[in-house]
Amino acid sequence: MKARSAFPPSYGEGAGTGIMARKKVRTVAMDGDKIDQIIDKHQGDASSLIQVLLEIQSENRWLPKEALDKVSEKLHVPFNRIQHITTFYKAFSLVPRGRYEIHVCMGTACHVRGAPRVLEKVQDLIGITPGETDLDLKFSLETVNCLGCCALGPVMVIDGEYHGKMAPAKVEDVLKNYD
Amino acid sequence: MRRINSPADLEGLRKDILSKRNRNKPCITLCSGTACHASGSEKVAAAIEQEIEKQGLKGEVDFRRTGCHGFCEKGPIAVIYPEEICYLQVMPEDISEITSRTLKEKKVVDRLLYVDPNTGEKATHESDIPFYKNQERLVFGPNRRIDPKSIEDYLAIGGYQALAKALFEMTPEQVIREVKGANLRGRGGAGFPAGMKWEAARNAPGETKYVIVNCDEGDPGAYMDRSLMEGNPHSVLEGLIIGAYAIGSHEGYIYVRQEYPLAVENVGIAIKQAEQCGFLGENILGSGFDFTIQMHRGAGAFVCGEETSLLMSLEGKAGEPRARPPYPATKGLWDKPTNINNVETWANIPFIINKGADFFTSIGTEGSKGTKIFSLVGKVNNTGLVEVPMGITLRDIIYKVGGGIPGGKKFKAVQTGGPSGGCIPEEHLDIEVDFDELAQVGAIMGSGGMIVMDEDTCMVDVARYFLAFLADESCGKCVPCREGIRQMLKILTNISEGKGKEGDIELLVELSETTRNASLCALGKTAPNPVLSTIRYFRDEYEAHIKEKRCPAYVCKELISYYIDPDTCQACMICLRKCPVEAIVGGKNQIHVIDQEKCIKCGTCFEVCPPRFGAVKKISGEPVPPPIPEEARTIIRKSKAK
Amino acid sequence: MSKIILQIDEKKVEAREGMTILEAAHSVGIFIPTLCHHEKLEPYGACRICTVEVETHGRTNLIASCLYPVEQDLVVRTRSEKVDKTRKMILELMLAHAPDDPALQDLAKEYGADKNRFEKEPSFCILCGLCVRYCAEVKKKNAVGFVNRGIRREISFIPEIASKECLNCKECFSLCPTGALQAAFVLTEALAFPPPPSEPVPDE
Repeated sequence: MKARSAFPPSYGEGAGTGIMARKKVRTVAMDGDKIDQIIDKHQGDASSLIQVLLEIQSENRWLPKEALDKVSEKLHVPFNRIQHITTFYKAFSLVPRGRYEIHVCMGTACHVRGAPRVLEKVQDLIGITPGETDLDLKFSLETVNCLGCCALGPVMVIDGEYHGKMAPAKVEDVLKNYD
Repeated sequence: MRRINSPADLEGLRKDILSKRNRNKPCITLCSGTACHASGSEKVAAAIEQEIEKQGLKGEVDFRRTGCHGFCEKGPIAVIYPEEICYLQVMPEDISEITSRTLKEKKVVDRLLYVDPNTGEKATHESDIPFYKNQERLVFGPNRRIDPKSIEDYLAIGGYQALAKALFEMTPEQVIREVKGANLRGRGGAGFPAGMKWEAARNAPGETKYVIVNCDEGDPGAYMDRSLMEGNPHSVLEGLIIGAYAIGSHEGYIYVRQEYPLAVENVGIAIKQAEQCGFLGENILGSGFDFTIQMHRGAGAFVCGEETSLLMSLEGKAGEPRARPPYPATKGLWDKPTNINNVETWANIPFIINKGADFFTSIGTEGSKGTKIFSLVGKVNNTGLVEVPMGITLRDIIYKVGGGIPGGKKFKAVQTGGPSGGCIPEEHLDIEVDFDELAQVGAIMGSGGMIVMDEDTCMVDVARYFLAFLADESCGKCVPCREGIRQMLKILTNISEGKGKEGDIELLVELSETTRNASLCALGKTAPNPVLSTIRYFRDEYEAHIKEKRCPAYVCKELISYYIDPDTCQACMICLRKCPVEAIVGGKNQIHVIDQEKCIKCGTCFEVCPPRFGAVKKISGEPVPPPIPEEARTIIRKSKAK
Repeated sequence: MSKIILQIDEKKVEAREGMTILEAAHSVGIFIPTLCHHEKLEPYGACRICTVEVETHGRTNLIASCLYPVEQDLVVRTRSEKVDKTRKMILELMLAHAPDDPALQDLAKEYGADKNRFEKEPSFCILCGLCVRYCAEVKKKNAVGFVNRGIRREISFIPEIASKECLNCKECFSLCPTGALQAAFVLTEALAFPPPPSEPVPDE
C-alpha cells in the first residue's frame, strides 16, 4: 500500500533516486498544441486513449503529468483511469527516459541461454534496474519478452542496434560504444 | 495500383502482372525479417544495391527483399533465382562474389551453401536442406517469394483469389460450412474450432458485428505471428475479409503489439494498398459487401493476448479480462457480437477456401488438421520458425528439422505453450503434435513456442521463470491468480535459493489447484501448468533442491559454487583478469584459486576459461574443496623443467 | 424477460433471464459469502470467495456466482468439498495481507482457514476494489484508482481530487473490509496533498 501519488512531483524525483530533485532538473512538458493535434487525429474519442498516449510517449519519450492532465481534460477521461493505464501498460514511462534505451530480452529461449546473467551484468555496470534511468539520463533499462531473434540469444538491443550472442563478459565492451 | 472492380478484373490484372514478369530473369532475394535484420541484413541489402549499380546490372537483375524464411539460425539468407540457389549467413563482403559468380557467371559460391553437420554434404537449393525438407510450408512458405510491401507480389502468387471465390461463388453460410468442415482449430493457444466461433457470431442477434485479428503474441520465445504479419500481411487481411463476409461484420480491427514496429509498418502499408485496390472499403470487388479495417497497437501487456482483455484494451481501458459467459461471440467489443482469432488462424483461411476443406483435412491427425508454425528455439541447432503438418512427432521436429542438441549435450525437455504450457521429457518425444495428445502429457499446443532444453537447464528455475513472468504480467484483479502466483513464486524462489522445506511441493500442488479452478481468466487458470508439469516429470530435481540443497543442472546461483580444479588449471590468468570482483588469487605460474567469500557467482571465469583447459568447475550440494596450500600452487612447466 | 428454472443446493429456484446465480440464490434465502460485492455497484468478480460449483452439459466447473448468468436447468452447489477447499485457500491468501481483520476472521473460522499458512506481507489491502468502484459509480468523483498490475497492483488516491472531495465524503471508508483505506488516505493526505494556496510553492 503506497500512500504517495503514483506520479512523481514535477521535479522529476522518479529517476531512480532523489538526486534529480536536488539537481532541480526542469523537465519541459510537451507542447500543448502538439498534444491537441494528436488527440484530434483520433477524433477526440475516449476509446483511443491508449493510442493517443502511445503517440505522445513516442514523440516525447515520456509522459509528463501536464500532458496527462491535458489528455484527461480533452478526452473526458477521469484521471484515475489514466493513472491506471499508464502504470498498467509497460510502453508508458512516467519519468524521462535516457538517451539510449537498453532492452535485454528475457524470453524463454534467451533465458535458457543465460540472459539473467547478462541482465545482472548490465545492472551492475550502470547501476539501475529494469524500468529505471541512470542519473545522467544516458541509459534506460528495460526487459523485453521475446524480440524474435532467438537464434541469436541472448540478445540485447540498444537504441535499435541488435547485439546477439551476449555473455556477461561481453557487456562492458558493448556499452563502451555508447557515449 | 488502381481499383479492381470484379473478379474478372482481378484475374485480368493478375495475368497482366505475371506477363510482365520474366521467370528466367536473375533475381536476388534477401530475407528481411526481424531476425535477419538483427543478423545484419540491412548492411547486406545496401551492399546488394551498391553492387548491382556498380556492375551495371540495374534493370537486368531484380532485387527483392522478402519476408522471413524461417531458418533464423543461418541468417541473413539470400536466394538466387531462377536457379533457387540458397546462400546462408551472407555478409556484405560476400555480395561482390555472389554478383559476379552466381548472377553473371551462373556458378555456385560453395562456401556459402548449407553443410550438413553429420554428412558434410552441401545443399544448393532450399528444398534440399534438411531443415526445410521435413517441413510443410503451406502458410509460411509464400513469405520467401514476396516482398511484403508489394501487393503485386501477393497478387502474382494468387493472392485475393480466395476472397473473390468466397464473395462471388459462396454464401456466408457456405464459407462457414467450409471452415467447419476443415476443422480448423484456433492457432492462438486454446485450439477452439474456428468455424464454431464464426457460426456463433453469425447467429448472435444484432446488426453490428466485429472481427478482430489477435497479434498480441506474447509467449516469450514465440515469434511466428510476427513473421507472418511482417512477411505476408495480405494473407492475414484476405482471411479477415473472408471471415467478415461469413459472419456479417463490416468493421474489423487488427491488434498488433507495439513491440513489433516492422509488423505495424507492413500491415499499415498492406491496409492502404488493399483500400486502393478495392479489397477494402465499399462494394468490395463489386460484390456489394463493405468492410473496413483499423489497426490498433498494444501497449505492452501480455494479458491483452487473452481475448476479453484485448477487447478492454481496444475500448481504451486497462487490460482486465471479463467474465465468460457471456462469450465475445454474443457480447464482445462494445458489447456487440465479436469474433477474435489468432493471426495464423486467419492466414489459413485463404488456403482453405482455395483448396477446400477436404484438402485441408487430408493433412494432420484425426483431431488436429492442417499445419502448425512453431518457433523452434533454445538448445537446438537449427533455431528458427518451422511449419509442420500436425501429427509429426516431437522427436522429428527436434532432431530431423531442428538438427538436434548443440554441443553434444543431452536433451532434457521441450517446453510448449509458453507460460500456459508444460515441459515434455524424453519419454514422450514420440507423441504426435496434436492438440489433444499434448494436453494428455500435461502440456498444451499453445501459440507455437517450442523451447528445447538440455542437461544444463534447471527445471525448478524454469518453473520459477514462468511464474516470475506471470507475476508481472497478470492484471492482478482476482485473488486466486494474483495471490496464488505470488505465493507460488515465493516458494519456488526459496527452493531455488536453498531455502526450500518439506511440504513445499505439496503446497505448490495445492495452490495450483485453487489458482486453476478459481481464477477469472485463462492466464490464471493455466499459470500452474509449468509448475505442475515440472513437478510431474522432474520431481527429483525439486527434491534435490529441497533436501540436498543441490541444483543438478548447476544453474541456481545460491546452490552452486565455482571452483578451479588445481589439476587442470594452467595459470593462464584469463579468469583472474576478467573476474569483476577480483576474487581470484594467483599468478603467472601460480594455480588460481577462487576466494569463495568474494565470489559473486557471475560465471565469468567459467565462460572464459579456455575449453582446452576446462579448469573451472561448478559444484553443487557439496562443500567446496579447501584451496591447496600456497606452496603447492606453483606450476612447473614441462618444457621449462627440461 | 423469460423465466429460468435452475437448481441451487437441490432446491428448485425460479429466476429471470439476466440474473446472476448470486442474485437467484439470495432471492430464496441461500447464503453465499462475498467480499467485493455490493448491491449498489456492478458485480466485480475479484475476490472469488463467492465461487460455487455448477454442472452443465455433464461437466462440473467452479465459477464466480456474482457474475455467472442463470441458465435453464443449471445445477448449482454452493457448498461442496471443492468449493470449501477453494474458499479456504482464498481466505488464507488474503489473510497473509490482513491477518487480524475481523471480517476475514469470521469467514476463516467457518472454513478452517489458517492465517499463518503463508508468509505475511501486511499490506492490508485485499484489492476488492469497493472504494474505487464506489467513488466511480456512485459518487462519480474518481478520487481513488488502481495503479500497476500483477503482484504490484495497489490502490492510489489522486491528491488533487482527494484533497477537495474526500474530507467531506469518506463514504467509502465504511465499505473497506480491512480498514486499509483509512490508513491509505491519511498517508496520502500527509505526504502528497497539494499545499494550501497560502504557502509559496518552492521554485527553482
